[in-house]
Amino acid sequence: MSKTQSNPRERPSETAKKGLRAKSGEETAEISATAPIRAQEFDPHFKHEVSKTHGGEKLKQCFQCGTCTSDCPIARFSDSYRPRTLIRMTLLGLKDRVLTSETLWLCAACFTCTDRCPQDVEVASVIRILRNTAVEKGYMPQIFKELGSSILETGVAYRIPDLRLKKRAQIGLPPLPKGNPEAMTKLAKATGFSKLLKRGEQA
Amino acid sequence: MTAPEKNAKTTPKPTRFLLFLGCAIPYRVSSYEISTRKVLQQLGIELVEMPEYNCCGLPIDPVNHSMTLTLAARNLCLAEQQGLSIIALCPGCAGTLRKVNKKLKENKELKEEINGYLKATGLEFKGTIEAKHVLQLLVEDVGLEKIKASVKTPLTRLKVSEHAGCHVTRPADSVDFENPEDPQALKDLVEATGAEYVEYVDKLACCGAPIAGVNDRIPLQLTKEKLTHIRNAGAHAMVTVCPFCHMMFDTNQPRIERLFNETLRIPVLHYPQLLGLAMGFSPEELALKALRVDATQIVSRISGKEDAS
Repeated sequence: MSKTQSNPRERPSETAKKGLRAKSGEETAEISATAPIRAQEFDPHFKHEVSKTHGGEKLKQCFQCGTCTSDCPIARFSDSYRPRTLIRMTLLGLKDRVLTSETLWLCAACFTCTDRCPQDVEVASVIRILRNTAVEKGYMPQIFKELGSSILETGVAYRIPDLRLKKRAQIGLPPLPKGNPEAMTKLAKATGFSKLLKRGEQA
Repeated sequence: MTAPEKNAKTTPKPTRFLLFLGCAIPYRVSSYEISTRKVLQQLGIELVEMPEYNCCGLPIDPVNHSMTLTLAARNLCLAEQQGLSIIALCPGCAGTLRKVNKKLKENKELKEEINGYLKATGLEFKGTIEAKHVLQLLVEDVGLEKIKASVKTPLTRLKVSEHAGCHVTRPADSVDFENPEDPQALKDLVEATGAEYVEYVDKLACCGAPIAGVNDRIPLQLTKEKLTHIRNAGAHAMVTVCPFCHMMFDTNQPRIERLFNETLRIPVLHYPQLLGLAMGFSPEELALKALRVDATQIVSRISGKEDAS
């Protein structure tokens, strides 16, 4: 991978609005994140909105110690993914930057940061809230469109080929229980999930 | 272990559970299912197929948290209808089901919200059952003593390392199983087979699998790092209890070797395969052939037939 081995302390290369590609393989260096921050970018209400959402209640307790980043398994191998930075951007109200940031999608949800935060901030849950909000705005990596539509059509996240199902019988495994796509559609409609998926497909 | 043993005498432990297979296991990791069924049957655990189950919800948590909670809750409702607790083989499924079960039991407001969504399908979450990962079932419901007693051929010649997978214990508050900073369950279970347990640096670190769909380089680097540490620690093999971790360590191992120019050749067994070998099941019965990294050396070593090559 010939990615720019720049100084890891450099400002993370985020805000890749158009860069939300699945299987990008590497983090593309973008310029927008390093662009100077303009005063009108700050949304003072953003941190309050996030703290009102389930899992974001402790956001404002963050004192930027950086435990989340130093203990993050992904940050070790990424030049740009820094959970502390995502939290800081959220607290500052850099809403558009954080929601369009490509690194938002690099959290593996291992919950090490959540378990180790000395201020009890549910870091991984805050990142989940940011992702959910980004999706509402139409940013969704391809992989989630695939997983989501498979769940709606089959009940499970991966489409299991017929060959696999036949093989189950051959090796003496009981048949796989049938899914209930009708129930999936109803629940997706009730929660608003189907709307989000459609928006993602159009984007 | 005195307190749980006392409890065991007063209330008999359940032995019948609903099997929650999830998405990844029937899709790609049947060997985990095959070996788990064999081993649990031997230990007197009866598994009931779970009708019309759906994805636990975790894969789409980044898209819409409400849908994740609702999908998990639907599974819990189906189990409530059967009056049986759930055993999941995938830590992602187990963690999500446990977390949602706990949150809905504790948070009335959230329960009402999710029940509002479930109403469309005629279901209602009541909070009458439990959900567990198979690892938790083995240490809590079956018990180490019974597992040790089931071992016919102690694997004393084998050095085994492990990677349990994050969601078996994290986030600690909601999964509510064992201390994620010093987990014991899988260590105890490896030792119960008679094998020597091998510690290594960064044992608790994530394998990176969850972001493989967005970035394939970082997960491979993470897994390579861990495999290298396991090799350097002198393990003959390692075990996992997660289909995604298994794909990273086993399925991707040849790719990692090529990409990073490393020689690893570390067989990665599903824990039930290791226990099954100790119980006396044949490698065929445990689907050892389905592993990408050849495990015949392990089988030879157990039977004392390994040669110097």
